[in-house]
Formats: sequence, C-alpha cells, structure tokens
Amino acid sequence: MFPIVSNDLIAPNLYRMVIRAPRIARSRQPGQFVIVHADQEAERIPLTIADADIDRGTVTLFVQAVGYSTCRLTALPAGTSLRDLAGPLGRPTEIKPWGRVACIGGGVGTAVLYPLAKALAEAGNQVISVIGGRNADLIILADELAEFCVEVLVATEDGSRGRQGFVTHVLQGLIADPRSIPQAVYAVGPVPMMKAVTEMTRPHQIRTIVSLNPIMIDGTGMCGGCRVVVGGELKFACVDGPEFDGHLVDFDLLADRLSTYRTEECKMIRKLPEQQRPEQRNQ
Amino acid sequence: MKKNLSHKEIMAIKRVKMPEQDAQDRSRNFKEVNLGLNKEQAIREAQRCLQCKSQPCVDGCPVRVRIPEFIEAVAEGDLPEAARILLADNTLPAVCGRVCPQEDQCEVLCVRGAKSGPVAIGYLERFVADWAMEHPEELTGGKPPQPSGKSVAVVGSGPAGLTMAGELAGMGHSVTIFEALHDTGGVLRYGIPEFRLPKRIVDLEVTRLQNLGVSIECNVIVGKTVTLEELSEEFDAVFIGNGAGLPVMLDLDGENLKGVYSANEYLTRVNLMGAWRNDVPTPIIHGRQVAVIGGGNTAMDAVRTARRLGAERAIILYRRSEAEMPARIEEIKHAKEEGIEFILLAAPLEILGDEQGWVTGLRCQKMELGEPDASGRRRPVPIPGTTFELEVDVVVNAIGTRANPLLTATAPNLKLSPKGNIETDNTGATNLPGVFAGGDIVRGGATVILAMGDGKNAAAAIDAYLKKND
Repeated sequence: MFPIVSNDLIAPNLYRMVIRAPRIARSRQPGQFVIVHADQEAERIPLTIADADIDRGTVTLFVQAVGYSTCRLTALPAGTSLRDLAGPLGRPTEIKPWGRVACIGGGVGTAVLYPLAKALAEAGNQVISVIGGRNADLIILADELAEFCVEVLVATEDGSRGRQGFVTHVLQGLIADPRSIPQAVYAVGPVPMMKAVTEMTRPHQIRTIVSLNPIMIDGTGMCGGCRVVVGGELKFACVDGPEFDGHLVDFDLLADRLSTYRTEECKMIRKLPEQQRPEQRNQ
Repeated sequence: MKKNLSHKEIMAIKRVKMPEQDAQDRSRNFKEVNLGLNKEQAIREAQRCLQCKSQPCVDGCPVRVRIPEFIEAVAEGDLPEAARILLADNTLPAVCGRVCPQEDQCEVLCVRGAKSGPVAIGYLERFVADWAMEHPEELTGGKPPQPSGKSVAVVGSGPAGLTMAGELAGMGHSVTIFEALHDTGGVLRYGIPEFRLPKRIVDLEVTRLQNLGVSIECNVIVGKTVTLEELSEEFDAVFIGNGAGLPVMLDLDGENLKGVYSANEYLTRVNLMGAWRNDVPTPIIHGRQVAVIGGGNTAMDAVRTARRLGAERAIILYRRSEAEMPARIEEIKHAKEEGIEFILLAAPLEILGDEQGWVTGLRCQKMELGEPDASGRRRPVPIPGTTFELEVDVVVNAIGTRANPLLTATAPNLKLSPKGNIETDNTGATNLPGVFAGGDIVRGGATVILAMGDGKNAAAAIDAYLKKND
C-alpha cells in the first residue's frame, strides 16, 4: 500500500498529491512516470512524477480530474492509501547543456514540465518557461518555476493573466528575436499544442522534445497499447519514451488513438457520484 | 479397489471423458469450460494405470512428478497421500493439470496410449490438486525445513518464479519474489483466460507458497524500481524469471488503427483488468467480427475471449494448416465447438480502416505449403493472384512474443543471446556469479511447464551454490 501524505486542490480540477513510495522516490529521474492503480476495481493510469523527496520517501503527482479514474483518485483524502504504484517507468529526460532552453507547458502539462525545467536549470541551462491555460485560474506553478528559470512567461486565452493568446504566440516572439531564440525546446501539453510547437520550431531546426501521453495499461512494454510512430518507426512510449524528438512524431495518429475509448469513458463518468464528476467540480 | 482387478479388467476400462460446460452456453460466459472429474471417475481412471516399472510418463514431465505413485494412491482412494506425492514435485499442480500440453509430454509416453488412449494423467493431477485445495487441513503435519540463513531474490511471479520460490522455501531459504504488475502469476494471471484457468486457482496456489514463507512484493520493476545489481548485493542469490512479454508486431499497414490489439494487450485488459465485466473502468472493444492472427494457444485464448465478449463471427487466421498449429488439440477442439471459424492457409497483407481511423477489414493472401523450414514445419508460400478481404472490426495479433529488455537493459554485464534472451548453462546459471535465470527469458516464448521445469532445475543449482559459498 502507498499512503497518501497530502492531496491539495491547486487549481480548478487540478490536485497535487504526495504519496509515500520510498523506492520510487530514490530511483526516479526527471521525465519518468508511474502507473497508479488506486484499488482492486480501478484501472491502471500513467502519471508523471513531478517531484520526489528522497529523505521523506515521497513522490509528488499532479492529477487533473478529467475522467472516471482521475476523479476517483483525486477524491481520495490524505491518510488513505493507493493499492498500487509502479515505477519509475520510461526513459529519463535528455538533459544536456543546450544553453538557452524554452520549456513550454499547457494546462496540466506544466506540472509534467516542472521536473524537466528544474533538471535543465540544474544542468546549467538558461531556462525560459512559457506556460499557458484558458484563464488565470488554470495557471499553475508560475512561482515555483520562477525559482530557477531566468524568465516565466504566461499566456492565457482570455488575457486574464500575462499575454492574451496561446503559448505558441509567446514562443514565436522568442524565436523571432536572435537574443532570445532557444537552442532547444521542451513542450508538454495537449497534442494540438505540442504539434503547433514542433511546426513552429521545425523551420529553425531547433531541437524540440515532446512528452507523449498515449493510452497505457502495463507501462512496461508488454502490450504495445501505447504505440506511437516516430520517424516512421513504431515505438512503445512507455519504454522508448515518453519523450521523443517532436519533429519526428506522428501527432495525428497519437490524437486519433487517444480517442479509442471515448464512448466508454463518457459512460464511466456517468457512474461517478454527482459531486465527483468533473463538470460539477468546475463550478 | 485396484488390487482386486485382473489385468483384463484393467485393460477393459475406457479412458474417462472430461465433463464440460455445454458449448453453446459456455461460448457466452467466462466460467471454466472443463468441470473436473468426480471421485468415482478419478478412481476408475487411476485404475487404468498399469504401474509399469519403466515409468516412461515421468520422463515426459519437465518437473518429474512421480506419476505412477500418485495415481496408485488415487486408485486406492488415498487422496491425502496422492496430494503429498504430487505436491512434493509440483508447486502448481492445479495449474498444470489445466494448462499443460499432456498429449505432448507425460501422456504421449504412456504405454496404454497406443491401444486405448493414455491414462488421463492431467485430469488426475487436476483432480488431486483441486481436492488438496479444498482439504488443506488433511495435508498439514510436514516438518518446516531448518532455516538456512540464506536469502534469494526471485524476479517475476510467473510459473518459473513461483516454482523456484516453492522449491527454495522447502529447502529452508528465505525467498522474496519481485513482481512488476499489481498481481501475481505472470501469464497465469494476465494471459490465460478465466474459462481455462480460474484466477481463484492462481490465488490459492500463490497463498500456499506464502504459507511456506515466501514473501511477494508486487509493483517492483527490476531494472527500474531496483536494479539487478542492487538485488545481487542485498541477496545471496538471484533468479530471473521475467518471461518473454514483449509482443512481436505484425509490421503491416493499418497496424495502428483503432481496434488492432496485440494479444497481450487484449488478454491483459480482459484477464488482469477484468474488462469482460461491464462494471470495471478498464475498457475493451467488443468487436462484432473479430479476426485473431496466429495458431498458438494465445491465439485460441484470444479468439475464444472475443466470442465470449459477444462477437458474432470470431475467426482464426493462420498461414499454415491445422496440422501445423502449435495450439493444444483440446483448445482447437473447444474453439471449434464454440463456433470459432478457422481460415487456414491464409496470411494478412494489410489492415483496412475507415476515415475515422477504425478497423474495417483485413486483406489476406491465400497460401500453400512448400518445403519444410528450420522448424521442421512446411513453409507457407503465397499463391499468386489469390487475395481476399474479410470484414472485421477488431484484429488481434497473436503471432508471438520475445524477451522484454526492461531488466537486461540496466544489467550491462549479463550475457545475452543475439535475440536478447539471457544465456545460461544447463543448470540455469548465467555468466554473473549467483545470478540464475529460467523460463521464457531464456527460452523465448514456450510453455508453463517448461518454465516450471527450469525453475525447479535452477532451484537445485542455487541450493548447491549457496551451500558451496557457506
């Protein structure tokens, strides 16, 4: 069993969960994830390890309550336990001394981005974080990122915080100016956002690394449910990724495969108690 | 009782038939197909054994169960004694009695085979094992072994690891199994369906091991959570039995359409995650027309699962003929009775899909058999100009698996074959001192009982290694 040390709502539908898992805390590296299986009747879901505290033996997960399993997971209070937590899985992030790096995060992707940005900064890079969301309420971790980034730029669709527009608009500005153009870009977020970022960096041949989020079951390479096409080759995101060269990723295929169980997912959400459903929590 | 029977009377007894669920009913439920023998049937069948001195059946068993001895005890109605004999050599008899290909192993060597059919050794093993599970109180009394003070880590809780753990615990060693998934059993849990091996049986077999003092830690991925090196430092010896769980992909156009599964994914969703029940969150696509590509036991399990999930048409597509199918004869027979359609001598060329990315069909090529290949089976050769299309909404790839590199990728000094399997000598020892391996990670995809045989074999080698290093 894996005790939940704390579980806090930090933005609408977004929770920071700290879980006791000493082995995982000790062996994890930035970019890796865990598979959570909350109880015997739950499904297995992949979540990025946002942070770890080796002394306390804990890992931090950011969980966006979007469907049946994430709503049930985030409804678990501190003091209860998860049945299963397996990891760390996947390959660690490619951390190099690039020079200037732009880290682009959209929505909950910002939470996935956080450990990468931190590791890149610790490796001596000048990190500029560009984070975005629909509105100011959905901007997370700006202060935490500011602790080690040379700059944290915010974009909101409604203009309620930072620049009005998408993260790609901010990135465009960085690329346009020779004094701010990054040597590498890391992008984590919804598929259309990652696709837009790679299309923007492609003509400039800026190395662009994306963290993919396909459907997973075991997370150990035994089923191929998470397969993606990268550079024309079939890869299993759970063992070969989840990070890949964005310029080689077939994003349309990824987006299409992510829609496989949409009907079933909608059915399951209706089985949740009303106060646990995402649309109720939004209010 | 047997002693009163003449040779003629013994020879006159016909081989027992396994009672089964009706084929129509069972093709729509996940309950066990074979219902097991009752005590009268078992005793009668046991009386057919001639107790021959040469005991060829034992040579056919990879864990060398003392078959004539346990069968004689059954014939005499002494089930506690039969169970003790069986359990002394086989850690998982209720599993083996259900999934072993006895027709190729113990039973194929039975001297009664030629004339009236071999003694139904598998059915009897299952009968005794099931009885033992229901009567644990009658089996106690054995002295616990003297603790050796030595510790052994076992990687993987599949058939090889469980057997290894049981053997070593019986020798007094302290054993810890590390399992990557959230539940035990390996392929017994995620691969073989409920209708062939109820998960209750796996639970009971695992509980028996835990009662012997074996500890099991799930959610530990050796190579990720801990490394082989760390285990080697912490334990006196390590056994790697992490299997061959990596699917071989079809490498065809359309492979990534929605509705195309590897058999591992399809079966894991259904067996491990319970997707056959409609009240669990893990989804599975209930295809109306399902094609399963392959001819092994995994293919049979997948296609019979598809049928039970409601498929109107569940098809096996295999590139050779039925004679070359690696699946057990019993599974092929059961599949046919359940309405599975066999399209033989045909290979897939392309998976067809619609504009929304869903599978709609399979373009296939008719084949004929040519010269034998390296495996000794006749090679399938395409017949020019004979393609055809099948309308399907789910495709399951069951063409095979290979070694998973998750552990070996982080153990650079461990010697591997070109295919990525761990190399061992005939005792199961790898090139690293104190590190042993067995089962599919050494052999490539094979059978439950061969993995168990490896586990047993390596347990003896580990015991000898630990004593030498005392």
